[in-house]
Amino acid sequence: MHKKKKRLIIRTIILSVMIVALIGVLYVNFSKERPNLAAGDQAPNFKLERLDAEGETLELNELQGKGVMINFWATYCEPCKEEMPFMDQLYQEYKDQGIEIVAVSVDSNEFVINNFYNRLGLTFPSVHDKNSTVMDAYQIVPLPTSYFLNPDGTINRVVKGPLTLERLEGYLQEIMPNS
Amino acid sequence: MSVNTVKCECGHINHEGTVLCEACGKPIKGNQHIDGNDDKRVLEMRYEGSARRSKTYKRTIVDKIWAFFSSVKVGVWLIIITLILSALGTIYPQEPFKNSPLPASQFYEVEYGLTGKIFYQLGFHNMYDSWWYITLVAMIGISLVICSLDRYIPLRRALKNQKIKRHPTFVKRQRVVSSADSISDESFQKIKSEMKKKRYKIKEEDGHIFAEKNRFSRWGPYVNHIGLIIILVAAILRMFDVMHVDDYVWVREGETRVIPGTNQEYYVKNENFSYDFYDAEEDERFREAIENTSEPIPKDFQTDAVIYKVKGETVIGEEPELEEIKRGEIRVNHPIQFDGFSLYQAGNQMESEYDSISFSITGEDGEPVADFTFDTDEAPYQIELDNGMVVRIDDYYPQLEFTDKGPSSSSKFPRNPGIIFSVLENGQEEGERFFYLQEDVIGLSDENTMTMAVSDIETRSASGLTVKKDYTLPFFLIGAIIFMIGVSQGLYWYHRRIWIHPSDEGYLVGSHTNKNWFGMKKELSEIFEGTEVKEFKDQNELK
Repeated sequence: MHKKKKRLIIRTIILSVMIVALIGVLYVNFSKERPNLAAGDQAPNFKLERLDAEGETLELNELQGKGVMINFWATYCEPCKEEMPFMDQLYQEYKDQGIEIVAVSVDSNEFVINNFYNRLGLTFPSVHDKNSTVMDAYQIVPLPTSYFLNPDGTINRVVKGPLTLERLEGYLQEIMPNS
Repeated sequence: MSVNTVKCECGHINHEGTVLCEACGKPIKGNQHIDGNDDKRVLEMRYEGSARRSKTYKRTIVDKIWAFFSSVKVGVWLIIITLILSALGTIYPQEPFKNSPLPASQFYEVEYGLTGKIFYQLGFHNMYDSWWYITLVAMIGISLVICSLDRYIPLRRALKNQKIKRHPTFVKRQRVVSSADSISDESFQKIKSEMKKKRYKIKEEDGHIFAEKNRFSRWGPYVNHIGLIIILVAAILRMFDVMHVDDYVWVREGETRVIPGTNQEYYVKNENFSYDFYDAEEDERFREAIENTSEPIPKDFQTDAVIYKVKGETVIGEEPELEEIKRGEIRVNHPIQFDGFSLYQAGNQMESEYDSISFSITGEDGEPVADFTFDTDEAPYQIELDNGMVVRIDDYYPQLEFTDKGPSSSSKFPRNPGIIFSVLENGQEEGERFFYLQEDVIGLSDENTMTMAVSDIETRSASGLTVKKDYTLPFFLIGAIIFMIGVSQGLYWYHRRIWIHPSDEGYLVGSHTNKNWFGMKKELSEIFEGTEVKEFKDQNELK
């Protein structure tokens, strides 16, 4: 009699449906926590107005082919301001070797950004994320946070917190084209 | 025919593990231990003595897992464990509600000491989203489904297969029984008409009578479980943004912000935020109570909001083109609704920020020189005055604080602005300098000839709005309704049966109810009153 076989099949089906549902729920729950941007992922594109060059906009996709450092900062963040001179020093050294540095400020007034930028005589592109949309897309929790992008636009490294000159130089060398 | 069957003397073929023959009810020899029956006691009528298969085969892995979940004991333990853990998770706030800049790894230890550290290390700070908590709840769900299937199916079959003619042992060993040496036709008529009056369904065969009512009451628990499973499914649906959104956004007066949880598709503008307090003069009855509080008692909060929808595609960061889709007021408990979303008034920072500050400049002789206004959003580089002079802003700190490095700002919000001005004659680079702080202006040099004073201050409030979308509520409602139907069906109706069994020694009468034996006895005495049937005995009470 096949009754027992049929019962086994029915039990297997019911159990597997429920276990698959459980795994599905766990998967959705896990991926919801934060689809974390990590090394290897494609960096989300953004487009912001430049503060250091009037009327120009900066779109991340247009920087493909270069190693890009995106630095999220604000004038009310002291450690952010401390690493700016290092960034500028290395920008001077590496900008001709295919390195680009973009400083994304999450301040609310252009005034405070420009005031600081001009006072230090910084030279890398400065953009203003007025509505915090880029900050949201890049899941910025502490300031400063820096993303180092490979020339193909993928993330090489995410650094939360301030950087020293030595570490910064090492990370920039990692993303240099043809290195 | 399988070997794993038991043939009863009445001719019915029962499944392996059957305790009482499905047809005649005769106890099946060798299976009485399953329900703990012995010859002297009343029969255990649980699940009609049917074969709960999980108790019999345990061969393959699937059968073993099935048997595990089929156990009510396991189900009860799963519920107890989940209940205890759920309660423990409420001892300290969950991570999203800790309200502290400290990371979770430090927060719990710093705030609550050793127990906080244990709480964090056990992973209780994110309990309700953790994989093990979800797995526990899911196991309760699995147990619910399997327990129900494993009991409902054999029970339904046993009740369907029951015969009118039962085995004498079955009738004799019911809990409430009686007997009669003989029953006259007249009495039979009376008994049957009483039974009908009480809505029993009567079946007869060779002088045997079987009366039954409210069998559907036995399905109550299973209907109830279907309701529970729908509620669990609804809880799963809540995890998807399409079905459920619960988020929060602060919007300052005059500000337009993207609404979180909408995929950056909708924006909200706070046109004006207003609030109202209870007035002590208004109502005699509350005057004393209102005057006794030091803080004013809020009566209402209202945000005049405009909802915009983004037109076309935009790259992140780009200013989107917005189209107004709705305009209205949001008051406490009166949300604004659009496209399935609701925005509720949920928080406020009353007059917490400076919107604009107006100044007046007077000359050495006390003559007014000029007036100007500084807007904290605009934060201009310079302001041209009516008389041709220029006020240059040298520094602006939205939330001024003094550190060892001098003045700086601790946030981007103008909660305590500090501004350094230079008042310049046309064409000049240097002028008299002033420092605005704490709603006052001080001159930065003793040689200043002019004086500057604050003439007006405009503050603004921030409105906290919760963003809600919930398409899962109808599922919860349906689940809860089915749950309640199951509860009432099982609680307010009783499945009752009466057997009248003619035998050599006379008539045996047995009765069974799934609950409320008191009511059963009362019903029996009404049915059999004035007949030859003797008084009913409760065999459980005799011992």
